[in-house]
Amino acid sequence: MKTKLSYNLDFLAGLLMICTGAVGFYMALDYPYGSALRMGPGYFPRVLAGIMIAFGVWIGLRGLRTQEPVKGIWGWRPLFWVTLAMVVFGWMMERAGFVPSLVALFFIASLAGYNIRWKEVTILTIVMILFAWGVFVYGLGLPYRLFWW
Amino acid sequence: MELFNNLIFGFSVALSLQNLIYCFIGVFVGTAIGVLPGVGPLVTIAMLLPITFNLPPIPALIMLAGIYYGSQYGGSTTSILMNLPGETASVVTCLDGYQMAKKGRAGPALAICAISSFLAGCVGTLLIALFGPPLAEVALKFGAPEYFALMVMALVAASSLSSGDMGKSLAMVVVGLLLGIVGTDVNSGMARYSFGIAELSDGIGFTVVAVGLFAISEIVKNLESSEQGEVFTSKIKNLMPTWKDLKDSWWPTVRGTAVGSFFGVLPGTGPAISSFATYMVEKKVSKNPEKFGTGAIEGVAGPEAANNAAAQCAFIPTLTLGIPGSGVMALMLGALTIQGIAPGPQVMTSKPDLFWGLIASMWIGNALLVVLNLPLVGMWVQLLKVPYRWLFPSILMFCAIGNYSLNNSSMDLYLCAILGVLGYVLMKLECPPAPLILGFVLGPLMEENLRRAMLISRGDPTVFFTRPIAGTFMVLSILLLIVMALPSIRKKKEGAYVGGGGDAA
Repeated sequence: MKTKLSYNLDFLAGLLMICTGAVGFYMALDYPYGSALRMGPGYFPRVLAGIMIAFGVWIGLRGLRTQEPVKGIWGWRPLFWVTLAMVVFGWMMERAGFVPSLVALFFIASLAGYNIRWKEVTILTIVMILFAWGVFVYGLGLPYRLFWW
Repeated sequence: MELFNNLIFGFSVALSLQNLIYCFIGVFVGTAIGVLPGVGPLVTIAMLLPITFNLPPIPALIMLAGIYYGSQYGGSTTSILMNLPGETASVVTCLDGYQMAKKGRAGPALAICAISSFLAGCVGTLLIALFGPPLAEVALKFGAPEYFALMVMALVAASSLSSGDMGKSLAMVVVGLLLGIVGTDVNSGMARYSFGIAELSDGIGFTVVAVGLFAISEIVKNLESSEQGEVFTSKIKNLMPTWKDLKDSWWPTVRGTAVGSFFGVLPGTGPAISSFATYMVEKKVSKNPEKFGTGAIEGVAGPEAANNAAAQCAFIPTLTLGIPGSGVMALMLGALTIQGIAPGPQVMTSKPDLFWGLIASMWIGNALLVVLNLPLVGMWVQLLKVPYRWLFPSILMFCAIGNYSLNNSSMDLYLCAILGVLGYVLMKLECPPAPLILGFVLGPLMEENLRRAMLISRGDPTVFFTRPIAGTFMVLSILLLIVMALPSIRKKKEGAYVGGGGDAA
């Protein structure tokens, strides 16, 4: 059976490793290599990046032979919303305070799910914000502004 | 009688009211979160790690250890009631545990689970107390080449004996080592892989990696589809196992404890392999092997004991050598480091209260588990009914606040999101994240020891083979690599995991 390259398990894994290794190697060229006796900061990274590329080639080629496909589907949609929720939370914590950041986190994260019921999300947000306030701000004494004022 | 003095000292630390409370909180919260479907011990610990950093070292570690057992036990509950293993080690518990639940015997299955885990935990705790000190003594004599070789062996063992593909696991170790390099080089003061970002010159935070790789990717994976398992909640009536159940479970528990302790001590192997191995052993020695998979209590007791004994004994290499054997232990080691304690053989002498207090608290934690779980099973079952659409934003909240609280820096959350994407892609490509975190934790240590070893030997790499202890480790690693790569053995390993129903691994 022929698998499309974009679903070829090992080919993709190998490709990812080769890219990681290549970027790692390229960047490490700026760091002095030194010698085995006196290793510079570039020695270990370059060796590792080299090993990485070798693994990538081996696993990638194996993928072309075995043609094993990725199981299930790619969940790009939940991935997008979940990571966006983290990013927005981080961005807002420095600007808007604890409560608004958490509201944003809950509403954005909920978009990652199925059958979104906004009334439920609202209640969950309120309950969990109270809980988080109790645990983190009151209990652990973390010094966060609740709002932007 | 030094052992008893040490243990009594440990109990005097662990039984202080403050530590007892943290142990209880850890076990309780760990079970509550571990019970949630799709949340394994790694995710639980990753998301609760940052909270413990606000505590002093001893209560923090005691609480973390409690969280670990709690989440493991919680995971077994989910496996039995929902057939949803939270981690590889509980896949085996699903096989017969779920069948027992289907037959209306969920109560005895859960009770046996708690009892055999407790017995195994007691033995494990004793083993740590017995073998920890002499091992640390040996380790104190290790030089840089020995340490480097030992780390190589731990990483090789962790990747070749886990359920995943060996090549990919090894590659993930290397990714972890590379990630560990990010930051300022201690010897030259040069910022490496920092992309000109100031925050990155301090290196990537340990919790950022843990949360991104384990928690975020796990959440996204669970959200790929909207399926939910079936819960057998209405059928838990009589919790107490019958006399026959107890008698049937006794030898499997003993054998499981032995197998688990053995694999637990070896660096790089852990609960997963020992529970699979025990299941195979039980099937072999049983007079009627055909009942396995249809709800045999031996198939629950043995692997659960093995699981817990291994989890317990895995602390031995972690605490005495500073070399973690599994993803969870890597998290524990990271927690130690963040608390400002350099892990290694000197911990036992420089921080005896921490070492012995932690050991004593392990026993207390295991006892608490039995006390807590038998009466509270009903409550845990209610937790199983919480829909995932409420759970995942709440888990995310813990991850987000926890990560932010360490440095009060937004950058940590951006990094965490990036690592979450990486973690998810790796998970889809069946590249296991546990070896990655092992590599990440050991990376800086490995580079340092490699450098020192090369200085000692004047640049001669044969030093790793000519010094007897280092040489033994290196030869063992190479042998392990060769043996596990042999086609016949590889098939057998796959067979063992698949034969155990390990597709969810």
